[in-house]
Amino acid sequence: MRFPKLPNLGLGDRIPSHQELERMEKEEAGDRPKWDNKTQYMLTCVGFCVGLGNVWRFPYLCQSHGGGAFMIPFLILLVLEGIPLLHLEFAIGQRLRSGSVGVWTAINPYLTGVGIASLLVSFLVGMYYNTIIAWVMWYFFNSFQNPLPWSQCPVNANLTDLVSECTRSSPVDYFWYRDTLNTSTSIGDSGGLQWWMVLCLLCAWLLLYVCCLRGIATTGKAVYVTSTLPYVVLTIFLIRGLTLKGSLDGIKFLFTPDLNELMNPSTWLDAGAQVFYSFSLAFGGLISFSSYNSVHNNCEQDAVIISIINGFTSVYSATVIYSIIGFRATERFDDCLEGNILALLNAFNLAEGSIKEGNYAESLQNLNGTFPETIQSLDLKTCDLQTFLSQGVEGTGLAFIVFTEAITKMPVSPLWSILFFIMLFCLGLSTMFGSIEGTVVPLQDLNIFPKRWPKEAITGIVCLVSFVIALIFAQSSGNYWLALFDSFAGSIPLLVIAFCEMIAVVYIYGIDRFNKDIEFMIGHKPNLFWQVTWRFVSPLIVLVIFVFYFVTKVSSNVTYIAWNPSSEDFPTLEVLEYPAWIYVIIFILAGVPSLVVPGTAIFKLIRRCCSNKNVYGAEVDTVSAKVQMFTTKMS
Amino acid sequence: MISYVFWGSLALSGIKEGMLVWILFLLCQVGAPALAQDLCQRDAPNGYKVRISLKTALGEDAYEWNQSEMFFFQATMAFAMRRHFQMETYNVDNIILCVQTSRVSFWFVVTSPDNTTMLIPKADVEKAVRMSRHRINNAFLLSDRTLEFLGIYPTLAAPVNPDTPPWLIVFGVVIGAVCVGIIALLISSLLQKRRKEKGMTEDGQDEEDMQVKGVENGINLDGTYNRGFTDDDRFTKL
Repeated sequence: MRFPKLPNLGLGDRIPSHQELERMEKEEAGDRPKWDNKTQYMLTCVGFCVGLGNVWRFPYLCQSHGGGAFMIPFLILLVLEGIPLLHLEFAIGQRLRSGSVGVWTAINPYLTGVGIASLLVSFLVGMYYNTIIAWVMWYFFNSFQNPLPWSQCPVNANLTDLVSECTRSSPVDYFWYRDTLNTSTSIGDSGGLQWWMVLCLLCAWLLLYVCCLRGIATTGKAVYVTSTLPYVVLTIFLIRGLTLKGSLDGIKFLFTPDLNELMNPSTWLDAGAQVFYSFSLAFGGLISFSSYNSVHNNCEQDAVIISIINGFTSVYSATVIYSIIGFRATERFDDCLEGNILALLNAFNLAEGSIKEGNYAESLQNLNGTFPETIQSLDLKTCDLQTFLSQGVEGTGLAFIVFTEAITKMPVSPLWSILFFIMLFCLGLSTMFGSIEGTVVPLQDLNIFPKRWPKEAITGIVCLVSFVIALIFAQSSGNYWLALFDSFAGSIPLLVIAFCEMIAVVYIYGIDRFNKDIEFMIGHKPNLFWQVTWRFVSPLIVLVIFVFYFVTKVSSNVTYIAWNPSSEDFPTLEVLEYPAWIYVIIFILAGVPSLVVPGTAIFKLIRRCCSNKNVYGAEVDTVSAKVQMFTTKMS
Repeated sequence: MISYVFWGSLALSGIKEGMLVWILFLLCQVGAPALAQDLCQRDAPNGYKVRISLKTALGEDAYEWNQSEMFFFQATMAFAMRRHFQMETYNVDNIILCVQTSRVSFWFVVTSPDNTTMLIPKADVEKAVRMSRHRINNAFLLSDRTLEFLGIYPTLAAPVNPDTPPWLIVFGVVIGAVCVGIIALLISSLLQKRRKEKGMTEDGQDEEDMQVKGVENGINLDGTYNRGFTDDDRFTKL
């Protein structure tokens, strides 16, 4: 019984047949780039999948959704959603030997929109992702000094006192919000370009250009470093972290399971979203990379291996991050307690060492009993280790505030700072390779640039245009713009594209044809697990996540958090509502890529229906080749 | 007791002057400490409270704070006053300490060397302490944080401003390397292309219409797929 599929005429003419594939394989037709060896391909895919999200999003989700219990939904959805989608993208790229636009156009010309949507998303995400790399580079450049600039507050202009914005918050906050971003108080207040940020952005884009100059010929060499170095650094940090006081508290806190969280639907939703984004699916980059493989490469095995590596990296980096966070929380707790003890000693003129951590509680009780007013006037802080541990931060806050603070407390801080930011840089850069691939190859497929232009020129133009547009992130309000891009450009469109991809392959290309292709490529048919997940389970999961995301975003008031020194709750970030004109930008970011999918189909339909010419194609077999001739016949 | 002595000596009606001197001497003995007590007290208007944290600063190597250390402090303060005022000779006796606690904290006042009943104003003492703060700290192996003069805030160290910020130097190195890399790769691409074109035009004379790869010596292998004439772009154009 054949699985139902939608009618799809002319598919055989658009794609190379199995015999043609064998022929191309034998001749090593050199027009298309190829991987030097399997390792390069695997490292590139691992690098694309493993990114900053593994380091700063997964640990936060893990800790806030019940610690060790979060592994359960994460692993289940990894198997049911991540691996099937990954296998699908690898297989279709390897079979149809083309980038995202090429693949979807080959399946059906009306599906070109899916490829274009991938192109737009890759472009938009690449822009803001590289800005984060620029920030990482800024911190990296500033790590070559002792003491680190974010370890102490600067002195004000009169040399009378420390800068007040810094004393009210903290040196790390001040360095991030003032010295790095010079952030304004709202998204509407642009504040002009910050020259140091422009320089770092320029450096980031130039570095990306030098690595992507010749496509996979250059990125293939770069990934030997960028994909392996993060693991080395993580291991170094793990060893260093485990020798620090309080690290085990952090790890215990991270993995302590709270099984009640499994009842909460948002846990499953967040797990599903994390798996999806963590695999960098629907960007088009993976399809491209896999199309440079030989036809008989075992894509099934690759998908499983890369998924396992991705999952393992998430858990590993969560352990490392939380060991350092545990150290920081313990340091903060100790400082807090010491401050309280000192206040008590000074107020009551007691000998040093009479109140220690052990007898603090009872000493405080005794003193409170005898001198309650004095204790009141001291305004002692409550020191709770759990509170410090659960100052769970994610994203840029984790890397640039919490972790940098922890680094300042370690001996030989500049070394750890340099290592940490090199690791972040490598993680980000290897993801950018996939983004650039997902932008440049579709542009080539769409013939937007003349064919004779070399790849170097096209990559250069893409980098230049991205750099110019990314200058909005170098303004004072750049941080808010980046958060906007992150929430909208990199979320809803990807879910739409992934859903369309699965429908396209299963129902339009035909799952039966797909199964035969995989049998041709790797030697055996995909087993029942793949059949069930491709046909029902994975599309359903993606649809559910999309619906929930969409509903939550649309129904809730869209707000953002801003740094405002003159607000009442400073240093807590202020919650502001977006101005009305931002909704236009949101529509451009999320709506346009999503609507391009049906839009292109409609556009092509209109063009074909409304044109009065019927184009007939005839094929003539000659001695040297097949020649396709087109004649137009007026109807 | 003084009144008895006074009247008694008058009654004896001896040498008045000698008696007067003796009376004054007695007054000084009894009254001076009392006067000093009045001068130095908790919250004295012209005094400062000093707080010392030995265990925090020195940990295991902390020395014991005893009367000798107090004497040392008096001597150090006298030195600081001398250093500031230069003309006047302060002595250990001019530094009066009181209200010592086990924290280790105490109050001190400074009397003028000319008139022991007159106190040096707070502002002058502060100037003297500020001037010699570093020497005072070092005398006790302590720092601004562990030897506190409550009310005298340590002056902040002037920030070290290098001519070029260090980050610019690293930035310059990185961007220089990247630019060199880009130029090198672009030039090598150009050279490769030129070599290819040269290679093509040399063989091209014989095989102009046979741009077939894997062909040697102009022999056309059977069944070779001639890519020269196929349209690579089999996909429907947008």
